[in-house]
Amino acid sequence: MKVVLRNPRREVDVAGGRRVRDVLKDLDILPETVLVIRGDTLITADQVVSDGETIELRPVMSGGRA
Amino acid sequence: MKCRKCGGAAVLELRRHNAAFCEPDFLEFFRNQVREAIRKYRMLAPGERVLVAVSGGKDSLALWDVLIDEGYQTTGLYLDLGIFDYSVESKARCEAFAARRAAPLIVSRVADAIGAPVPVIKNVTRRPPCSGCGLSKRYLMNRAALEHGFPVVATGHNLDDEAATLFGSVMHWQTDALPRQSPALASTHPKLVRRVKPLYRLSERETAAFAFLRRIDYIVEECPFAKGATSIQHKQILDRMEDASPGAKHNFLFGFLEKAQPAFARAEPVALNECARCGQVTTGTLCAFCKLADQVKRAT
Ligand code: SF4
Ligand SMILES: [Zn+2]
Ligand SMILES: [Zn+2]
Repeated sequence: MKVVLRNPRREVDVAGGRRVRDVLKDLDILPETVLVIRGDTLITADQVVSDGETIELRPVMSGGRA
Repeated sequence: MKCRKCGGAAVLELRRHNAAFCEPDFLEFFRNQVREAIRKYRMLAPGERVLVAVSGGKDSLALWDVLIDEGYQTTGLYLDLGIFDYSVESKARCEAFAARRAAPLIVSRVADAIGAPVPVIKNVTRRPPCSGCGLSKRYLMNRAALEHGFPVVATGHNLDDEAATLFGSVMHWQTDALPRQSPALASTHPKLVRRVKPLYRLSERETAAFAFLRRIDYIVEECPFAKGATSIQHKQILDRMEDASPGAKHNFLFGFLEKAQPAFARAEPVALNECARCGQVTTGTLCAFCKLADQVKRAT
């Protein structure tokens, strides 16, 4: 499966057929710090993503001060 | 995962609420949190004229979106900081949103007001860019609100922003900053407008999800100066705590607001004057913004 990461935008290939939760752990990303986007909607960490699919992990943190 | 409300397929899990929601029920949850914030702190009167400070990011555009749908008379205020491509793109997002929602947008350039854009201010002052930038934003928001006759400015600060600011203040025991950390600041002078933060109950993941699900085209890229800012470091520390113990940020911020903040409130209000040059409110003779403008003028 393909994973799109942001800031800067890049793509990595990881093994599919796994839950989002396990993919996040593999990439050392805390689940609460990203949105998991598949197509035009969001999916929860218990969803399984299969090999041919693409998901985007979009960071949610913003801003410096004020 | 199933939606707590309707049992349908969930799009987002909210661990700190021990819940997951489908799209329509999440959007409703989000709007309810904004309504609760406004009610609890009496932020806005029904239908009031509100100046919404927008940056092109998820928080401020999500806030504007909700306030429009809640029936407030909103106008956006975009402050062009002159930060390279970031400013160009974030401005375009605000203009596109305003056009889509047929809402008025005021654009004001920091460089016009102070003589130089944020990157030059940073070099002139040799201080972190966020310091001159934050000061200019607060000053220009208030000035724009007065000039255009708005009684209140709303900003997109979320729970994570507020928790990180609190964490920073507590780490340095900035006891003068603590009483002013509030979701709503009343006007303490005729030339100071009220300031409110209707998203303070919502985490930044929730505001990001709301913006995404509402199909708001916001800028995902960060301001290039955000990297390494202390507030970002504090957010990362709090993210680790949140991961270990969901609700940690919420408890930290809400516990402060409910139990600790009143203890730091000043007995004596500070004396406020009008700046000798620009007439805006200050504690001295010349306001910090005018001093900064002088510094920029000398150096450029
Ligand atoms: S990160 Fe700092 S410099 Fe960039 S917009 Fe925010 S306050 Fe200004
Ligand atoms: Zn539902
Ligand atoms: Zn002044």
